[in-house]
Formats: sequence, structure tokens, C-alpha cells
Amino acid sequence: MGNEQNYFRKERLPYIWCPGCGNGTVLSCATKAIGTMDWDQNKIVAVSGIGCSSRSTGYLDFNTLHTLHGRALPFATGVKMANPELNVVVFTGDGDCTAIGGNHFMNDSRRNIDLTVILFNTNIYGMTGGQYSPTTPVGYRATTAQYGNIEPPFDIVNLAIGAGATFVARTTVANPKELQSMIELGLRNKGFSLIEVVANCHEQFGRINDMKKPVEVIQWIRNQVVSIEDAKSLSAEELQSKVVTGVFRNEPRPEYVETYDRTIMSAALKQG
Amino acid sequence: MSESLFLQGNEACAVASIRAGLRFYGGYPITPSSEVAEVCSVELPKIGGRFIQMEDEIASIATIIGASLAGAKSMTATSGPGFSLMQEALGYAIIAEIPIVVVNVQRGGPSTGHPTGCAQGDLMQARWGTHGDHPIISIYPESVSEVYYETIRAFNLAEKYRQPVVFLMDEILAHMRESIPLHDNIEIVERKKYNVDPKDYKPYAIENDVPTMADFGAGYRFHVTGLYHDETGFPDVSGKRIQSTIDRLHRKIENNLNDICKWEEVQTNDAEILFLAVGPQARAVKMAVKTLRARGVKAGLFRPITVWPFPEERFTQLAAKAKTLVVTEMNKGQMASEVRKYKTPNLKIHSITKVDSKMISPDEIIEQIEGVC
Ligand code: SF4
Repeated sequence: MGNEQNYFRKERLPYIWCPGCGNGTVLSCATKAIGTMDWDQNKIVAVSGIGCSSRSTGYLDFNTLHTLHGRALPFATGVKMANPELNVVVFTGDGDCTAIGGNHFMNDSRRNIDLTVILFNTNIYGMTGGQYSPTTPVGYRATTAQYGNIEPPFDIVNLAIGAGATFVARTTVANPKELQSMIELGLRNKGFSLIEVVANCHEQFGRINDMKKPVEVIQWIRNQVVSIEDAKSLSAEELQSKVVTGVFRNEPRPEYVETYDRTIMSAALKQG
Repeated sequence: MSESLFLQGNEACAVASIRAGLRFYGGYPITPSSEVAEVCSVELPKIGGRFIQMEDEIASIATIIGASLAGAKSMTATSGPGFSLMQEALGYAIIAEIPIVVVNVQRGGPSTGHPTGCAQGDLMQARWGTHGDHPIISIYPESVSEVYYETIRAFNLAEKYRQPVVFLMDEILAHMRESIPLHDNIEIVERKKYNVDPKDYKPYAIENDVPTMADFGAGYRFHVTGLYHDETGFPDVSGKRIQSTIDRLHRKIENNLNDICKWEEVQTNDAEILFLAVGPQARAVKMAVKTLRARGVKAGLFRPITVWPFPEERFTQLAAKAKTLVVTEMNKGQMASEVRKYKTPNLKIHSITKVDSKMISPDEIIEQIEGVC
């Protein structure tokens, strides 16, 4: 505990992000959670793709890998397989992970490789100027959906569960305490963990949807939040416009690299 | 008694990669390369290495870059369609200077083309497939035994120059079986280990144009990105920095051509008809050269083994002495266009090409040049 300040490359601050952007909150909760893990700082690897959220890795004093758009997960998979001693945390966004990187997301969930994925869901492509993403709600505007988005958004949590992830949670930047504790649970799961964080991009998502200020988007998020327990009493229709938060799955099963070593490697070694 | 192996090219590539120190393979099945993956999946875990079949070729190359950063010598193998998908990440490995070996077992293209067809259509893709100005090292052997030894050299060059190496093969090499004489004195290049204070460590501090990067997890925490970066690894897009980085990436290859370039010459001393061919197609040319010599025609062959960078210096020396250059290739003339850019005054260039999924036979070659010389 308390290591989190050492986890920042202070000389790289301030953040490149717009003032008031929710990404800073996620990063600060993530470092606090990592600080509880008793990990050797030299053995932590942070991997990201491309986009606003993926700039996170540059600020963290770990082994950091800023990769290609959508590809954080396969890069991270290679790191973990080459050296399973390394603790690998992935920082990604809604577009990065579920559009261009969707195939990798499904397959790493299925493999249950020990990666903790922190997905910043801002409902928009922020860095490229506010185009609609796979999580832009129907009817909301984006620079490429000026008449309102018609594509139903992904339910990222259900996607991860369907694909086999062993720890799946959703929370928002409006609740940093819960966010930190969920990341911590994800880090502790020996397997594929997904923490979806609904975050405010007031600059792109907010501005084009009449919520210019950070607080307005945070309030918009807050208004939709319903806990997993309360959600049980709501109809499917009522749930459509809600952000259900909580831990949706925490069911360990054998981790990929451990299984590889225990089955494939030991069989191969016997064969010689 | 010296030992030998009897293998097909794909198996030879896999076995040699393990001899070179391969510890991680990530790939996606594709004809005609799949045996490389199959052999690696069996052999790697026997030596404590790991194999994974990824969801596509984009993931395959991404995963080997990650593994290489974590310290494992890494490889993937594919064919044209998969090689096309790998281009973006190939550029990443070039700019981030991560050693990897990418095997492209060529087949007929474009697109799905002819999965089991013989072709040499990816020579230019190997050179220029990824976007932006970049150097590349690409090797193309002619026989199974050369596949074995050149695979090892591919790993050595990748490690030494922190540069991806594109290892070209084709349908013929992939599935032809030949013997490989084994010898003991094989050089294996290992990555440097570091003893500088982590506080002073700069991953892209440059010695002889090649950076000294530590493995992730070794105690040197640093940043890697595909953005232009300074010697600390952090983004820097000032004009001066971009220019000097791109210049250096080229220089680290250009200043070491003697080490990187490799070729074979057959009867080039007095050659008036100089053939240029690469890969197994060169073997048909060798037979044509023999027949022509028997008829009193002064024919010879120049065969780049390192295709990229093209061994320009030696080529222009030989071309200066020849009257006619005959470029023989299983594509629409990719090498022929390449050599036209080198200054070879008075040289007649004759291009023999074929794209019908078959090698150009010695008879066809002789027939084609009869009118020329
Ligand atoms: S564009 Fe949006 S997500 Fe990106 S930094 Fe600005 S507020 Fe944050």
C-alpha cells in the first residue's frame, strides 16, 4: 500500500488529456490497486493500444508498451507467455478493445490468460475527433453520426462473459472507491480479468451531445447507474438505458500459461 | 562421420529456428506454411519454449513482438494473405527495434490466389510492404539445406541489428525434401546483457547505430512506442528527431552491408550473359548456365541470398562486365524493375517471367534467350 506515487513517471506529467477528463481518475485508481499487490515494480508490465486511454502507459513507471491500435492484447499475450513471472496490466478503450481489437478480446477471454484489462469506455473515439464507437448509445451524436447513432452498443460485460473471461466487472469514474476495489479484485484473479470503466469524455462525446462540462457527463453517467442487485428488479426495457455496475463474474478456472506448462510442456518434456 | 537431416523446407526452417535459440512461436495456420507451426508446436515445449496459435496473423506478429521484448527469440510463419495482414506490426518492430523473424512462404497471389502454387510475387512486398520509409533485411534461400543455415543467420541478424528479418521461402522450398549436412561450428548471436545502473539506462542510447535494449522484467523499466521517440523511448515528434531516427534506422543496415549481404556467383568471371535469379528458381538457371557453357556461351549467375538490402555493389561490378543481364523470376518482373535503377550503361536487360504456378524450366530459359544472344 502507498506505493502508488512511485508508480508515476513524474517527469512525464501533466497528462496529455483534456482538463477534467475521466482518464486521470482511472489511472490513479489503477495505481492504487496495483500498490496493494506486493509486486516487484520491475516485474510489472503495462500494455496499451492506441487512443486517449492508451496514453496511460507513458505515465507509469513500469515496463511500458504502447502498441498498435487494437493490438494491446496480443502484444500482452506474448509478453506473458515469454515470461509468466511478469504481471501484465492492459489499458485500452472502447474502440481499441471492442472494435478494431474485438477478435483479440474474445480470444484472450476464452484462453483465460492472466491479464488484467482496464477498459476506459468513453462511448466515443476521443483522440480522432469524436466518431461513434461500438459503445455509443443509440440516438446519441458523434462526428460521424450527426443524425444520431443507429447501431446498438455492445454490452462489453456480456461479451467478456460469453467469451469466457473469469473476472468481469463494470463501474464508472463517478465511483473511484468502487473502481479501485474492482481493479484490485481483477488483479488478484489468476486469469483473464476485465474491468469496464464508464468514463467521461466531455470534450468529444459530451460536446456534441450538449454536455460540454465534465460534471455534466459525469452526472449523465451517474443518472444511468444501477447496481447489479437493483438491476434484478428492472425489466429488460428499463435496463436498456442503464449502466449496471458490479462484479458480474468472479469464477476462477485454470489459467492459460499454467495449463500450457502443466499439460503441453510436461508431456513434451517426457517425450524428449 | 558427419550427421545429416532429411527434411522438407518448412520442417528445416522450424528445426533451424530452434537451433538458433527460438523460444516463442505465435502463428496462424495458412498454406503452404503450416508445417513450420506444427513442428514448432511439438518441439518448442520440449526445450521450455512456448507455442501459441493466435486468432489471426495480426495477433501472431503482435504476440511475437511482445515475447521478444520479454526476452524470447521469437518467430512467426505465414504466406501471402497473412503476410499482408502483418505489415502494420512489421513497421512497429522496425521503428521500435524489436528483433523478430517473419517467415513468408510465398504462394500465388494477389488475394487467396493459388494456395499451393509456386510464385515469387512477394519480393517487393517484403521490401516495401509496411508504410513509411524503412530499411528491411530479407533472406531467400534456394535449397532445404540453405533454408536451415539461413534461418539461423536470420535470427542472428535480427538480434544483432535489432531489426525484423523477413525470411522468404515459397511453395517449392516448403515441401521439397532434401538432405541437410550438419556441422558443429554454427555461430549463434545472443542479446547483450546490461550492467549499467538502471537510473542511467536509456533504451535507445545508440552505440554503432544499434540500440542496447534490455528485456522487460530485467530491472530496467522503460517505454516502448511506435511513435517517433527519443533515446529514452518517449514520444518526440520534433523534425530534427524524426530525421535523425529514420536516418539512423537506415544507417544501421547500410553501414553493415558486408555483414548482412550474401550472394552466390556461378561462373561470373567472364560472364557475358549474366543471369540474376533468387530462391529455387536459381537452381533451374544453374542448369541452363551449364548447358549454355557446354555450347560455348559465356553464361553466369548472380544469386542474391540476402535479397534486401539488394547486394548492389557486387551486382554493378558484374553487370559492368556483362553484355546482357537476364533476370529470371516467377512474377511479372519485380527484380528486373529493381535492377534497372542501378547504373549499368550499355547493359541489355532481358526479363524472363512466368506466373502460371510453375517454375521456369532450364529449357524454357534457354529457349527464351536464344534470340537475345
Ligand atoms: S478527448 Fe475525451 S477521452 Fe480524450 S482526453 Fe479529451 S476528454 Fe479525455
